[in-house]
Order: sequence, then structure tokens, then C-alpha cells
Amino acid sequence: MKDLSLHILDIVQNSIRAGARNVGIDIREDTRANTYGITIKDDGCGMDAEAVKRVTDPYFTSRTSRHVGLGIPLFLQNAQQTGGDLQIESVPGKGTRIKAVFVHDNIDRPPLGDMPGVLMMLIGSNPAIEFSYRHSKNGQEYLFDTREVKEALDGMSLEEYQVRKYLKEMIQENLQELNAL
Amino acid sequence: MTKIKSLADLKKMKSDLQSKISLREKSENPEGKVVIRVGMGTSGIASGAKEIMEFLMEETEKRNVDAIVTQTGDMGYSYAEPTVEVKLPDQDPVVFGDVDKKKADNIIEKYIKNGELLDGIIPQNYETIDKK
Repeated sequence: MKDLSLHILDIVQNSIRAGARNVGIDIREDTRANTYGITIKDDGCGMDAEAVKRVTDPYFTSRTSRHVGLGIPLFLQNAQQTGGDLQIESVPGKGTRIKAVFVHDNIDRPPLGDMPGVLMMLIGSNPAIEFSYRHSKNGQEYLFDTREVKEALDGMSLEEYQVRKYLKEMIQENLQELNAL
Repeated sequence: MTKIKSLADLKKMKSDLQSKISLREKSENPEGKVVIRVGMGTSGIASGAKEIMEFLMEETEKRNVDAIVTQTGDMGYSYAEPTVEVKLPDQDPVVFGDVDKKKADNIIEKYIKNGELLDGIIPQNYETIDKK
């Protein structure tokens, strides 16, 4: 994966396949503690303790079409390369939380990449799922929530190309401002 | 264009958005829509499926092709990523493999607009062998 947003796109596919109705993506940058945390939380079907232990194994997958699943192993490897780590908590029937922490200034930490594009892709393709995105940097934060957006747009479909374009721009503006800090 | 930064800004742009959308809706009928699904599994993403999906979304819009572009999970053709499934109205879906922008362009111009078949179609019976 070239950047962190693509990892997020990939990991959220697991949440979608787990039947999640709500997906939360939380990015916390702290340059003082030198951490770059990414948490992805869903209320999908969850996994038992045995499965949680095995998902970091490339030869484990819940899919039946193939016998390898590399999404989580690649994310873990990337975090570890910077000196960080990845944790998974899951409760069957309740949901799953994956938290990866990267070392912020490590040269191996990939850039965030096109997060607004990834968000709009996820939102536009999964109208039944509510997404929230929180991005904080040293205490300043930007929050995006599909519920709020839907309310503001008064029933206009987020699948519409034009709507997506505007939303993408809105997220981009806010992230740029956050990044300038 | 003024910059949109907050939900309040978004609300202000609502009527503008609505007019753009209603213009298109007149020509819309759900059965006549082309459905394009881009495989967005790990292997798809790593091979550039995101760029291909964005390209397809932008180009179908620009070229006035009445299409829904969406993502799907892994289709099981990891050797041929990125993969794109196209379902024309009243026809069986066709899966294209190794799709780059040039091929995506051909999919729109040749397959969707003219119904011409292209190289790189993954045969449908490929996955049903096991099931029989």
C-alpha cells in the first residue's frame, strides 16, 4: 500500500463484509509524543478470540474464495516498520476495533494520501453505512459525520457525483488547514 | 467558486447542487443504468483500483454515460487486478481484468457505448467450476 489512506480503505472493507452499520475512522496525530494513531471501529459481526489471534497471520482469511488475507498483516507490518504496533479488539456480535500506531517522524511512515477521496469512495458506495471521520492533530480536530451531512443536505443522496465532489472538497479544505498547524 | 468548508457552506450550495442533479435525473431510469463495480479487495487496492474507480466515476459523468460506479469486495481474480465488472442493462455482467486507465477508457467508449467486446475479459465460468 502506497499510503495510509489505502490501508484504511482496505481495512474498512472488512467492516463492510462484517455487516457493519456504523464505521468510525479516527486519526490522531501527536507530534509531541511522536505518534500517528489510526483507529477503525465498526459494529459488524465481530470475531471470537481465536479469530482475533489469527487475523495477523497472512494465511488466515474469513473469505472462502481464497486462502490468504493480507489486509491486516500488511497494515501491521507497515506500523511495525516504523517502530509502532497494531492491536485488535473484537467482541462477537458487537464489533471490532483495530488500532495501529505509527511513529510520526519515522521515514518509513507512509503519508496519509488522499483521505478525502477514500472517504467519498466508501461513503458513495455504501449508502446504508454511516461513517464518521475524526482527524486530530495536537489537540485541534476536524470531524466529519455522514449523519450530520445528510441532515444538512436534507435527503440529497450522497451517491450523487456532484454531492461527492463538494464533500470531498470540504474535507480537503479542512484537512489542509489541520495540516498547516 | 466559493470554498466549502463547513456544513453551513454546504447548505448554501444546496440549491446549486439540486439544479445540477435534477438536470440529470430527467434522463434517468433505473433499469437503463449501467452498473460498474470495481473490485476493492487488498490486491485490488494495491494494484491501483482506487485510481481506476475515480477515473470511471469522473469519465462516465463527463461523457454523459448513465452509470452507477461502485465498489465491491474481492472478486477472487487477484492475478488480474484491478478488476472491473460491467453490467449493461438486460445483459449478463462481464468482468475485465488488468484494467488501467487506457483500458478503462476503452471500456467506456467501446464496450459501454458500442457493445464491442474487448481483450482481457475474465470468462464467467471460471469460478463456477468448483460449484458444479
